[in-house]
Amino acid sequence: MTVAINGGAKVWQRRDRRTQFTVWAAWLAATAVFVYCFQLISDKTIWAFVLDAPVQAGDLAARMVPPDWAFITQLGRPIWDTLNIATLGTVMGIVIAIPVSYCAARNTTPSVSLVRPIALFVIVSSRSINSLIWALMLVTIVGPGVLAGILAIGFRSIGFCAKLLYEAIEEIDEAQVEAVRATGAAGAQVTAYGIVPQVLPAFAGISVFRWDINIRESTVLGLVGAGGIGLQLEGAITTLAWTQVSLILLVIIATVIVSEWVSAKVRHAII
Amino acid sequence: MPLTQWYRVELSEQPSPTRGEGASTTTAPAFALGRAMTLAVAAAPRRWKKPPLIKSARLRWGLGLGVAVYLALALGTTEVNWNRVWEGLPRGAQFITAFFPPDFTSRWGEIVDGILESIWMAVVSTVVGIALSIPVGIGAARNIAPAPVYYFCRGILAVSRSFQEVILAIFFVKLFGFGPLAGFLTLSFATIGFYGKLLAEDIEDMDPVQAEAVRATGASWLQWINFGVQPQVMPRMIGLGLYRLDINFRESAVVGIVGAGGIGATLNTAFDRYEFDSAAAILLIMIGIVMALEYLSGYLRRWVQ
Repeated sequence: MTVAINGGAKVWQRRDRRTQFTVWAAWLAATAVFVYCFQLISDKTIWAFVLDAPVQAGDLAARMVPPDWAFITQLGRPIWDTLNIATLGTVMGIVIAIPVSYCAARNTTPSVSLVRPIALFVIVSSRSINSLIWALMLVTIVGPGVLAGILAIGFRSIGFCAKLLYEAIEEIDEAQVEAVRATGAAGAQVTAYGIVPQVLPAFAGISVFRWDINIRESTVLGLVGAGGIGLQLEGAITTLAWTQVSLILLVIIATVIVSEWVSAKVRHAII
Repeated sequence: MPLTQWYRVELSEQPSPTRGEGASTTTAPAFALGRAMTLAVAAAPRRWKKPPLIKSARLRWGLGLGVAVYLALALGTTEVNWNRVWEGLPRGAQFITAFFPPDFTSRWGEIVDGILESIWMAVVSTVVGIALSIPVGIGAARNIAPAPVYYFCRGILAVSRSFQEVILAIFFVKLFGFGPLAGFLTLSFATIGFYGKLLAEDIEDMDPVQAEAVRATGASWLQWINFGVQPQVMPRMIGLGLYRLDINFRESAVVGIVGAGGIGATLNTAFDRYEFDSAAAILLIMIGIVMALEYLSGYLRRWVQ
């Protein structure tokens, strides 16, 4: 415990002087970086527009109420498409993520020097490219529509699922694998009875978690033409139909909250 | 029962002093365990079967059927223009060959500008977003906030989490004009939802005994939060903060598509002008930065803990 002597009395202190100065220096450096970055942003900003923003916000809000409830009849199909994009994309992502994670985990990879770096590169490149950018590229290749959305979500999910899954594989209890191997099990049997049961709960949790994220991501894919409710949103915004926009936003909130609830329930049941 | 016999044979063949009939029940605990196993095996069916993942058979079959029906419906209603896909495949091949070799030089100035802008946006929005999410997160923790505050803060989190960054960016660009400020505000708002929710969950999972002990010393509310709650959630929160910085950098690449500044604007322009080699360069740089951030955050996390 660190104490300061203050006029003969000992006073408790959280840190000793040296640590305290280091902490202060770190705060100072962080603040300097923050202020510098903000100044650069500020230089590129037209502040007159920003000062006007509250008026604009009020104007926009007035145009958005009340939501155009009648429009909801046309939203059933887009929402169904959005759900399909998220679900089928998740399935596709997971199916590809399983072998990738198997190759990326240090304890199961066939070769640490060759296969593992390739698998890690697949994971990082899939993770670094947002699903919207994937969609942007895929729309040019397979044409606008739901398929481009499914593929975009799928490609984006590979990295996320494979990363979490290979971390789970690396954390397994080797003793159990050893025990299965001691019974005379061969390669595939060791995987099926020694490794799979240990990572299955993590795997299910990851899948549901990613599905929940994908629902949210798939709501915007329509902006670049990859199907789903984003198409309607884009259409409503470009035609300045603000009452329809507000209804679409409400539908998106409801869908996301329901999917989040489902995913929490399922994860709770698994773990 | 061949399996049972096999166990018995193996047990009786052990070259130990307990060999023989009289000693089998009393002396060695391992041997007693062996007997118990023998009995269990004798009572169970002959072939071992893997226990099912879901115990209730009805739920298992119900889920299987549900998945099958859903897949049939989903695949049945998904409209895919296979002719277009087929036509697109050679175009896709062209597209991919157009990426190589990545052209770093001809748009280098714009790329550097965009990347730097993305980095500023990511840094500033992570700081501001986390600063704002701390009060919201504390308010959204059921064990320390009163009910009205709890519901209000949960409402903020739900709205912030529901909208993908791009949707938020569309509105922020409308309100604040084009440029990095709109992107910064978008990412800050999105950070509140992510970070606040995880913070609230972490506070709900904390050990109440420690917080109680600090309160028992006569600490004020702020002191209670600072010394009783904060040290418990801090290690995980630092890791999550770095993770959010990584997310914000990646998201800053897409908010640019709708005009909110950053590398996304550069990338979108490169795509629109069919300068795929420049686009490839941008994507490679982003992959590199994300990888570097990952190593950095792993290193920082070890240093902090």
